[in-house]
Amino acid sequence: MAHVYTPGLRVTPRMVIRKRRVLPIPGEVLVREGDPVESSTVVARALLPGKVYTVNVVNRLGISPGEIRSYMLKKEGEPIEAGEPIAESRPFIKWLKTQVLSPITGTIEMVSEVTGQVLVREPPQPLELFAYLDGKVVEVVPKEGAVVETTCAFIQGIFGIGGETVGKLAFAVERPDDVLTPEKIGPEHRGAILIGGSFVAEETIKRAREVGVNALVVGGLNDLDLRRLLGYDLGVAITGTERIGLTLILTEGFGKIPMAGRTFDLLASKEGWKASCSGATQIRAGVIRPEVIIPLDQAPDPKSPPSPLSKRGARGDFPPEEGGMSVGDTVRIIREPYFGLIARVKELPPEPRQIATESKVRVLIASLPDGHDVIIPRANVELIEE
Amino acid sequence: MPSELHAILATDCGSTTTKAILIERRSGEYRLSVRGEAPTTVEAPFEDVTRGVLNAIQEVEELSGRTILDGERIITPAQGRRGVDLYVSTSSAGGGLQVMVAGVVKQMTAESAQRCALGAGAIVMDVLASNDERPGWEKIERIRQLRPDMLLLSGGTDGGTISHGVELAEYIAAANPRPRLGTGYQLPLIYAGNRDAREKIKEILGGKVALSITENIRPVLEQENLGPARHRIHELFLEHVMAQAPGYRKLITWTGAPIMPTPAAVGLLMETVARKRGVNLLGVDIGGATTDVFSVFEGVFNRTVSANLGMSYSISNVLAEAGLEHVNRWLPFEMEEQDLRNRIKNKMIRPTTIPQTLEDLQVEQALAREALRLALEQHKALAVGLKGVHRERSISEALMQEAAGETLIDLWKLDLIIGSGGILSHAPRRAQAMLMMIDAFQPLGITYLAVDSIFMMPHLGVLSTVHEEAATFVFDKDCLIPLGTCLAAAGAGGSGEVCFEFTVTLPNGEVVKDALPFGELKSLPLGEREEALIEATPTRGFDLGVGKGRKIEGKVQGGAVGVILDARGRPIALAKDLKMRVDQLRRWAKAVDLYPDGS
Repeated sequence: MAHVYTPGLRVTPRMVIRKRRVLPIPGEVLVREGDPVESSTVVARALLPGKVYTVNVVNRLGISPGEIRSYMLKKEGEPIEAGEPIAESRPFIKWLKTQVLSPITGTIEMVSEVTGQVLVREPPQPLELFAYLDGKVVEVVPKEGAVVETTCAFIQGIFGIGGETVGKLAFAVERPDDVLTPEKIGPEHRGAILIGGSFVAEETIKRAREVGVNALVVGGLNDLDLRRLLGYDLGVAITGTERIGLTLILTEGFGKIPMAGRTFDLLASKEGWKASCSGATQIRAGVIRPEVIIPLDQAPDPKSPPSPLSKRGARGDFPPEEGGMSVGDTVRIIREPYFGLIARVKELPPEPRQIATESKVRVLIASLPDGHDVIIPRANVELIEE
Repeated sequence: MPSELHAILATDCGSTTTKAILIERRSGEYRLSVRGEAPTTVEAPFEDVTRGVLNAIQEVEELSGRTILDGERIITPAQGRRGVDLYVSTSSAGGGLQVMVAGVVKQMTAESAQRCALGAGAIVMDVLASNDERPGWEKIERIRQLRPDMLLLSGGTDGGTISHGVELAEYIAAANPRPRLGTGYQLPLIYAGNRDAREKIKEILGGKVALSITENIRPVLEQENLGPARHRIHELFLEHVMAQAPGYRKLITWTGAPIMPTPAAVGLLMETVARKRGVNLLGVDIGGATTDVFSVFEGVFNRTVSANLGMSYSISNVLAEAGLEHVNRWLPFEMEEQDLRNRIKNKMIRPTTIPQTLEDLQVEQALAREALRLALEQHKALAVGLKGVHRERSISEALMQEAAGETLIDLWKLDLIIGSGGILSHAPRRAQAMLMMIDAFQPLGITYLAVDSIFMMPHLGVLSTVHEEAATFVFDKDCLIPLGTCLAAAGAGGSGEVCFEFTVTLPNGEVVKDALPFGELKSLPLGEREEALIEATPTRGFDLGVGKGRKIEGKVQGGAVGVILDARGRPIALAKDLKMRVDQLRRWAKAVDLYPDGS
């Protein structure tokens, strides 16, 4: 078998992407099919029900639940202000009166004659849903949102943290194997999606945050630094809601790993362009990987410096990226002992072979850059299209 | 369904893979014929589970030469090499059955509700209780944030106060929870609490959820009645959850028995095996994301799921929960923290990769030991107090157990450990699987161990609901791979001090007589379906199950590994000093021929 399926991250100079932008609860859709939108356009909005607080009125007044209604000053559905009495006792001596005050401003949700508690709800919170991408609306999902389509360059990372953001692509390194260090980040990178090389350390991320960088896209990061940034050990790769002051996207993995040339070159070819990105990652069924989306329907910002493509060795041709693995293909090895190396597929033996662990698995024979041939389990490579 | 079954097809629709097996009756025996698999197709772009099922069946057709499909229809009944007599299926696709439970007292009705949901094969997303110390608004927020497949509300004994159960219902009503799948239907809620509160519950929740009322899971303090609620969970799983999942409406019409949640089917099989063999057993299924632990002790079944302990998606969480020191203690070499952490995270983000080096394999097996250990700890914590249906105890006994949290998992009484999941089933050497389980669970006395060969326990579990004979026969013959027996002593001693003396009479009459020093491990070969007689006498400080210093006699069964004699103490005495520990681990590995170079 000379052609086998192997997973790979999508890195493509041109594709049509559709993003389904829907509200968590039904609301109002503000766009129509065919409307052009920008990333900041509000496509839909909803009113999220306010937080509910419980007030144990019967305990506070020393009455039984069945009597509660006769002590209430407010009825279900009535508005209340924070600190306003919602119930009170009626002693013979007025100054012995006990009042129960509302902890919040909102409405009386429920008065329970069984439990003796009153539920009060804060006012609804408006929720606005942005388009996230520059593009056009191709479908309206009634009461929920819309599908936004754009033609773009698209880059998937392997892991990210932090949510959606938008900015102009900027470079702080010259080569994909450069380490992004704090002194390479300056005020000019404020609001940018900043591209690093092989590695970023905690101190550099802090510098980026200070400067106001919106997102960092780099090859690798050490897990110990991730723990310091988050303040806890990340147990499961379900991310996107972290608040570390910026969005971080790793294109290759944990450790110091040069960014794949193809990824770096594609990003370099779009330096100064507006992009949308998200660190949200979910590595389970229904995989979500972090992404950088660069809509192609834009001219580069004339104020941004011209892209020094020659310096970064960008190529103009990008073949299709989906499909199987064949002899001659370039792969990235994604497991020890050759982790991070780029190799060329020399042979795809059909029969399983025994590896050092004594497992019998399907393998490929790969030629390393130094000319050595090595045997690698097929499960341990990712295709890199050139 | 024909009265006599000649060919049975079973599938398990997992989160990532749909596995199909074909069982055929040959020479009067039901045996596994072939197994096929295909990616599960619940997600986009297919969004129809039956595509993956059909693909897996096609592989079975190719491998077996039996024609099963006529287009997209399963041919029934079988006629010669065409068609099957029965098709059954389990499912955990789309994250399985996710349930949120609520009860009045955390240690009582809420815990009963938790056991009920887990026993039904669910993942419990959260347990709410009136006394769980979270303020009301926090509980309401939590209900609102989580999007379960269903809610199980218990609370109060029959005839008792209704206010706490009603309070929970009020919270649920205020949160107005929404189901995980689909938007056009109401979230199913099972009320299985104080019957006197039913009318009030209907009043509060009717119209807000799809309310279903069943018998109280704790009608009186000293009685737990999980059956009716568990049964209702299965019904709602089919009617609501499955019906919302893409393609399941079609799949339901194909099967000859109700589709079961995968863990429920495995649990059912475990119960059947324990009952038929008259043993106490512990079963574990360690997957990529979760680890399920099943136990049957004195006929009482329990299941827990450790939702974030697993060997790929959740591997990083094993490190986070166990701690670096606990993982390192199983590594027969020194590794920098940074290196170890990065390796583990890289496995998490590329979960399908496999260890290529022995060192990497040892890292994964160290993590597996910790995942299994933690999963058993969690299981022990829940398998306490009242169990099963209508088991009555006195109130003082009930209170004593609640207070003491006494677990039912008594390792002295444990007869059989069954391991399942890639890291155990596919360990390059069977001894690795056996030692991982011994190190993690630290069984005491005489314990027999086995692994599931190709993960067909879910298939056999659902099959057992319609044809127990076929299910248990295939389980014994084709599913279980016996590993052998472990004899382990409790106690601690000094280095070099004798732990126990033993005499083993092998089937060929050969007699092995020796003394095992404390801190050592020894293996004796004893083949599958072979038995040996063992006599062992511990020294004064050690116990083999009948008291310190007292001799035990018995039969031990063989398997792919044989007999492992374990004098390492309980808990296993691992040296604190790194060099000494590495020497120790290498000595043990050599004793059971664990790795190729004896490292």
